[in-house]
Amino acid sequence: MTDATVKAVPEALADGEIVAPSPREEMRRRAKSHIGLIFGGSIVTLVTLIAIFAPILAPYDPYDQDLTRRLIDPVWKTGNWANILGTDALGRDYLSRLIYGARISLMVGFGAAAIAGTVGSLIGIIGGYFGGRVDSVVVYLINVKLALPGLLIALSLVSIVGGSVGALVLILGFLTWDRYAVVTRSVAQQLRGNDFITAARAVGASQTRIILGELLPNVMNQIIVIASLEIAIVILIEAALSFLGLGVKPPEPSWGLMIAEARNFMFFKPHLIAIPGFAIFLLVIAINMAGDGLRDVTAPEGRN
Amino acid sequence: MLRFILGRAVMLALVAVTVSFIGFGLLRLSGDLAAVLAGETATAADIARVAKQYGLDQPLYIQYLDWAGRALQGDLGKSLFTHEPVTELILARIGVTIRLAFSALLFALVFALPLGVIAALRKNTWIDRAVLTLSVLGQAIPSFWLGLLLIYLFGVILRWLPISGSDTSWHFVMPTITLGLGTMPALMRLTRTGMIDVLSSDYIRTAWAKGLHPLSVLFKHALRNAVLPVVSLSAVLLGFLLGGSVIVESVFALNGIGLLAFDSIKRIDFPVVQSILVFLSFCYIFLTLISDIINARLDPRIAL
Amino acid sequence: MAAPDNIDAPPILTVEGMSVDLKVPSGMLHAVNKIDFSVRPGQTFCIVGESGCGKTMTSLALMRLLPRSAKLSATRLNFDGHDLLSLSDHAMAELRGDRLGMIFQDPMTSLNPVYTIGNQMEEVYLRHRKSGRREARERAEFMLQRVGIMSPALRLKQFPHQLSGGLRQRVMIAMTLMCEPRLVIADEPTTALDVTVQVQILQLLTKLQEEFGMAIILITHNLGIVARMADRLAVMYAGKIVETGSALDVFTQPHHPYTQGLLRCMPTHDHGAPATRLGSIPGIVPSLVGDIRGCGFANRCDYVRDACRTGDIALRELPDGAAYRCVIPPDEALARPAELATP
Repeated sequence: MTDATVKAVPEALADGEIVAPSPREEMRRRAKSHIGLIFGGSIVTLVTLIAIFAPILAPYDPYDQDLTRRLIDPVWKTGNWANILGTDALGRDYLSRLIYGARISLMVGFGAAAIAGTVGSLIGIIGGYFGGRVDSVVVYLINVKLALPGLLIALSLVSIVGGSVGALVLILGFLTWDRYAVVTRSVAQQLRGNDFITAARAVGASQTRIILGELLPNVMNQIIVIASLEIAIVILIEAALSFLGLGVKPPEPSWGLMIAEARNFMFFKPHLIAIPGFAIFLLVIAINMAGDGLRDVTAPEGRN
Repeated sequence: MLRFILGRAVMLALVAVTVSFIGFGLLRLSGDLAAVLAGETATAADIARVAKQYGLDQPLYIQYLDWAGRALQGDLGKSLFTHEPVTELILARIGVTIRLAFSALLFALVFALPLGVIAALRKNTWIDRAVLTLSVLGQAIPSFWLGLLLIYLFGVILRWLPISGSDTSWHFVMPTITLGLGTMPALMRLTRTGMIDVLSSDYIRTAWAKGLHPLSVLFKHALRNAVLPVVSLSAVLLGFLLGGSVIVESVFALNGIGLLAFDSIKRIDFPVVQSILVFLSFCYIFLTLISDIINARLDPRIAL
Repeated sequence: MAAPDNIDAPPILTVEGMSVDLKVPSGMLHAVNKIDFSVRPGQTFCIVGESGCGKTMTSLALMRLLPRSAKLSATRLNFDGHDLLSLSDHAMAELRGDRLGMIFQDPMTSLNPVYTIGNQMEEVYLRHRKSGRREARERAEFMLQRVGIMSPALRLKQFPHQLSGGLRQRVMIAMTLMCEPRLVIADEPTTALDVTVQVQILQLLTKLQEEFGMAIILITHNLGIVARMADRLAVMYAGKIVETGSALDVFTQPHHPYTQGLLRCMPTHDHGAPATRLGSIPGIVPSLVGDIRGCGFANRCDYVRDACRTGDIALRELPDGAAYRCVIPPDEALARPAELATP
């Protein structure tokens, strides 16, 4: 048979497709029109600013107890602007505690994600890049991690080492690395056969150089997207641990702990659990929306 | 088939041994267990006696082998607190947890499957956006907070449902909703993406080209392929639900294995804690194996 | 040429002024632009063109399987007495797989991986013939034999992944012919296959056409296949048919500069010079978004003149139902190939 074929000159002009503008331009355009990214990103930025400037913004010291001013209702019930969100059972200003609570959530969330992201991505890239036995070890580690009941391990560890913010960052960091590892491993597997890796190897680049200089930049997008979603998960876990009494210790103003402390009064002061709970809810939604938005913008082909 | 199961089984056995070691070692890292057990006023002699009594004076690997050997025969030791055999403690409580995990998974699937399918069919319409919003909300809501809100609404204001305990089926309604809502988003998203991928596939185009009835295209050809990953995720989620029910069990005072673990962690009842950790890991490992087998049965391409 | 050009019979498919427009972010993309053609019973009609010329959109439009973002319009679209434009979705579905069949490009992905071959073949018959299971199974076995598959009873119990690409395409063909359609649209049916298998599949199509007497619309970018199979053909470029006629006429006396360019790239003997690609015609295909003025080929054409850049280019009719869309008159156009021989 003859093989005279008719071939399109611009490949992008396949049926139903059009030539796209440059990827970066396209990304910027998508980011600007992505409502979730804008909304989520704004709230995350706002909460971060509140956390940073907590000492300026908070009307009172969040630790200051005043037993004569216990369980004051918020302003919409009393009309009194002295304690906008009222006070808790120990007479501490609720708004001030809420503002300082943002610090704990964000520190634990970002801190644990930083550790988990570093550990998980390195493990994943090494497994995916080297393959063979090294990869089997990585798969084994991931499987072990997945099989462990994370929440119970976290509870046990906190009960042993105590519930400082630093300890929680470390514990949650080492309990949430698996997703980074799974994703970076598969990306590294796809990349290892690529020309630019072969080229780097051919010019005698060291393994460390290839991993840090060639592979890492290529998985960075994915790592950031996973991180944004994992931060939200870690914030939820911290809140749950603190709620259960095996997280941040009193008198720290963790949102989860505030809910636990308000639990005894929830039947006649429901706002005490509603406010910090809603704060967690809102922050986590915002982070999730921003994360989903990042994924849509950086890797639209993976979106559905 | 045999080869596949053997391969998986070897990996999982390795994982199981590691997990058992971690579970065993965890509480022993806390320092001098004997000192803790003997109490604050104990003398050095008291501590030595306690150490001898619990075998804590032996090297760690001897302790482990001793424990593992007896565990394999079904003897998980006795609770330091109630002095009951751990096996009995677990068996007495596991029913509640299994019941909760299954009903939560069922609840999640009942909503996730139809909503995911509808969202996929009406991609990029308001229905799709509503379903996605629901999944973002479900992911972001802290389960303990949701539990408290439900208690406040249905238990206190409406007085429809009992707020704690596990005596009747009614007691399981709120815990099921709480745990199920958190599980739903992942299943819903997976159903939706799976369905969208499948609907745009060549074989679905073939099915339309054959003039098949739309319901046949949708349910016979599309859904069967789209649920393959949902089935494996469900099995994995069931594993997570068994271990993740700590929070819900503690909010609703459901007397399950999660609450047992939580109470035991608080009072350093290490024979109970380590047994539950290992038991839950084994459940997870077993469920992943089951999910692999189910998937292989459903998907003829996976040669066993 | 597979079968005699059966010019007396009324066409089984008549397409007049058919357009397919796709909504894209930058505007309206005219994937198919007012095309006309007709296919007679038992005839093989080839649509040839490079990817993006609108040939696949044409085939999906005829099946009414266009993506949701696409808009189909035509002054006339008649298949076997049915107006495809006004037919309800339900009636259209009853037509598909029964009177009107389609074979797709990639046999590896066109069969459902989780059902057996038998299941997928039988369901067509069950749907359109309302027959019993046993009858459907017998029919499936018979069709597998017709497409040259040994031990059909065994194959029916197998899953698609257990079959090679060539076998799967045979299964696709057998499945499409379950209800003996009057017209089969084959969109690049051999492109995804090995060269040796390609020949077998084409021979099979010819044989089955003689046996069942269906008309075939064969969509391809491969002129070798056109030369081998076509009774009549249409050359598509940038959403328009630029030349049409009997295969003999178009191959021996091409009028349109694009057709001439295509044929020049084709080796003269079956196993002759290595294949040249049309990529050697300089220039790029114009964007199909928005209003298109003049001839789409103008910026690649060696004979371009002012008249090519403005307005609609009229179709020039030739004897025997042939036609081409160019400003250059026939005698001038025909004088060209000799002059072109030394580029």
